[in-house]
Amino acid sequence: MSVYNPLVTNEPPLVQPKKPSGVLRNALTLGRTRVGVALLILIAGIAVLGPLFAPHGPQEYLGLLPNKGPAPGALFGTDHIGQDVWSRFLDGGREILLLAAAATVLGLAIGIAIGLFAAYTKGAVDDVLMRGMDVILAFPAIMLALVAIATLGPSFWMVILAVGLTNVPRVARVTRAAAQPIVERDFVGAAEAIGVPRYKILFGEILPNVLSPLMVEGSLRLTYSIGLIAGLAFLGFTPNPNGADWGVMIQENYIALSVQPWGVVLPVLAIALLTMATGMIGDGIARAAAGIDRLRSAE
Amino acid sequence: MTTPSVVVDKLQISMSGGARTVIVDDVSFEVAPGEVLGLVGESGSGKTTVGLALLAHCRRGVEITGGSVRIGTTEVLKMSEAELARLRGGLVSYVPQDPAAALNPALTIGTQLREVLEAHNFGASADERTARVAEMMREVALPDQPAYLKRYPHELSGGQQQRVGLAIAFACRPRVIVLDEPTTGLDVTTQAHVLSTVRDLAEAHGVAALYVSHDLAVVGTLANRVAVMYAGRIVELGPVLDLFQNAAHPYTQRLIFAIPHLTGSRELVGIPGRAPAPARRPQGCTFAPRCSYVQDRCKLSLPELRPIAVGHEVRCVRAEEVRGQMQRHGVEAAREETASQASVLTLKNVNAGYRRATVVHDINFELARQECLALVGESGSGKTTLARSVAGLNATWSGDIKLNGAPLANAARNRPREQRRIIQYVFQNPYGSLNPRRTIGHIIGQPLELFGTHGEAAEKKVAEMLDRVSLAASYAYRYPDQLSGGERQRVAIARALVCDPQVLICDEVTSALDVSVQAAIVELLGTLQRDLGLAMLFVTHNLPLVRSIAQRVAVMSHGSIIELAPVEKVLSTPEDEYTKRLLSDTPSLEVALETAESV
Repeated sequence: MSVYNPLVTNEPPLVQPKKPSGVLRNALTLGRTRVGVALLILIAGIAVLGPLFAPHGPQEYLGLLPNKGPAPGALFGTDHIGQDVWSRFLDGGREILLLAAAATVLGLAIGIAIGLFAAYTKGAVDDVLMRGMDVILAFPAIMLALVAIATLGPSFWMVILAVGLTNVPRVARVTRAAAQPIVERDFVGAAEAIGVPRYKILFGEILPNVLSPLMVEGSLRLTYSIGLIAGLAFLGFTPNPNGADWGVMIQENYIALSVQPWGVVLPVLAIALLTMATGMIGDGIARAAAGIDRLRSAE
Repeated sequence: MTTPSVVVDKLQISMSGGARTVIVDDVSFEVAPGEVLGLVGESGSGKTTVGLALLAHCRRGVEITGGSVRIGTTEVLKMSEAELARLRGGLVSYVPQDPAAALNPALTIGTQLREVLEAHNFGASADERTARVAEMMREVALPDQPAYLKRYPHELSGGQQQRVGLAIAFACRPRVIVLDEPTTGLDVTTQAHVLSTVRDLAEAHGVAALYVSHDLAVVGTLANRVAVMYAGRIVELGPVLDLFQNAAHPYTQRLIFAIPHLTGSRELVGIPGRAPAPARRPQGCTFAPRCSYVQDRCKLSLPELRPIAVGHEVRCVRAEEVRGQMQRHGVEAAREETASQASVLTLKNVNAGYRRATVVHDINFELARQECLALVGESGSGKTTLARSVAGLNATWSGDIKLNGAPLANAARNRPREQRRIIQYVFQNPYGSLNPRRTIGHIIGQPLELFGTHGEAAEKKVAEMLDRVSLAASYAYRYPDQLSGGERQRVAIARALVCDPQVLICDEVTSALDVSVQAAIVELLGTLQRDLGLAMLFVTHNLPLVRSIAQRVAVMSHGSIIELAPVEKVLSTPEDEYTKRLLSDTPSLEVALETAESV
């Protein structure tokens, strides 16, 4: 019957199905990724758990003078209206992280769908979609977000939507560029030949092969969303203008920078470390995906 | 005998860093001026690594850890970087596998030729160099007009690019030249021209050539002596005629049985198993696990290379016996003629192309049940376009293709499910046709799911298919990158056959594989075709291969079928001029040996 080939067939069965070496796992062997992850955990920890440890409420007046330096009862002094800087700092990270994460996820979801569809369909559809993305890209992101929020009001969802949409064109471009060579591979043809539905080809066959550049892009978009949301808050466009928010804090306290720097330094430090962390993780993934720094294993 | 141009002695090459795994060991040979030594081996045997060592160069992560390479009286491995730079391209030169990648696309070929001469201070003046460039172009049979020299690499065909590569290599009149599979990407006709150019140049200028190749037939045509490499060592070394007719190493013998013959049909026999990775080479003879002559003593210690005839060395303890067995092989392939059956697939006046260009014209043929029709032609002949049109992968065609009497829609997407199931396609490159992110089980199971077999029944069917293509059931959990090329192609075949199709289209399915693997795949396809009663359209550029699998051959040229007849007739008494030329240009071991004998 079939050609029996003892040497092939007698190979010991694999007990554990082994995944192809994961980009993420490889990335974690790099120092920069580890530092990035540690920083991210630190800042996210502060943002999530901070409110539990805040000595005062975020909008609680301490009875001390405004813009007073560190004093007993106020570890990092008071802000421009006499609220506790440390408490407001601990309280102000949750919202920005949540908004940034949600905006990134939204941008990725829409961008990936558009990019995959454009790369797979080719031709006129591809042209129309990508030129549309170019038009959005032509406007500075902050301006687009400002116009949207200024017209429709800075509600929680509006900020996510506005920032998320500014992420779409870049994600779509990266996805399309990564998917274009994959679309030409024969396994896509093999799926077409037997009539696998289009959406399954897009998300089942092509998407898993473009994940590495998308992970890099995702971390870049997160970095960028954090900056944009902090910037919007600084300009006063935030869902909760009286609440504690790192962006709002910077705006409120920068006038007194020379007298009481802590109200600015703490949130700036947090945002800087956060963007560095996501940036380092993205760089680590990119290097792992490209195979730079890879230890040559004896084959 | 003249003093050899190059002497390689006990060369050892290892991975740098960490484990220092030895990848090439104990390689010794010499090449005399004007002689061509063929270095034959399958992928991973270390043949290219040895070739590069002649230029004292290693790929990244690899270093030369022992032995010597002498060119004339100079020890190459002890040279400084500056000395090596003068050596390379001057005394020793290299012709790479892919000329398109080796030539700089931004410079004209004239500039690139002159560059070599200038770098090595060849010729006293600019005029002298210009004259030398023109001379070089003539030597490789290219036009020497200044206008031609102003061309860029992309303005040349693959064959012309490789000639430019040869011209650059021969430019400074080297004493030694290393050719690394320079004809792999070329058509047989172009290949024949390039090969004769190499031979003539080497002979005329007394250049010692090391021709690295996996193609025994090419080496048989070209080389004076042949060294066969297996798992990093030379296992047999001898004059071409003696080596091929009286192969004394089991591996060489199996390799010869694995190559398809143009004359006299002989069943192809693959070599079971695969070559061990450098870190996993067994202690004794490295071929022992795959060898049919294996004895206990083979596994104890590595056999030394020892002479068995004049100038013929072999690394096998049973060489004398093996040598005696050579003539007994060569079983006639039992290929019963299929009685004329109802046709499954009918093509009438089919024109096909892409976008606006039509590359396939007026194709008519019928494919009967249980018949294998080979579609043969050089690259650009339109054979793949035609095959893709039948499968519905290329929708730009007109005419009439009928499957079991029912007309086929252009694109696979517009065909009914049943038609998509009946016609299955196996792609040329198994490295591209399997999704690297899916397990083998999922890949083979996908058509099942689509055509309505789910759950345990599907799993059972996948296991059954794996068994049919001689893979262990555990392979279902592996990913494509854990498989060798041959194993991947088996998976691709299993995927095509899992839904019980009636028509199997195989598009150059063996062209990306080593000869021994190719033989095994063809063997498998033949068995499956007979067992399952498949109609098969076997697209290939390899004319000798069709004899082992097909009953009829359609020869394509410039988009038309120019000859369609039973295999025997086409191969022995071809009618068309083009077919005759194709046959005479195809390198063939038997022809090479006959010529060698008659000299």
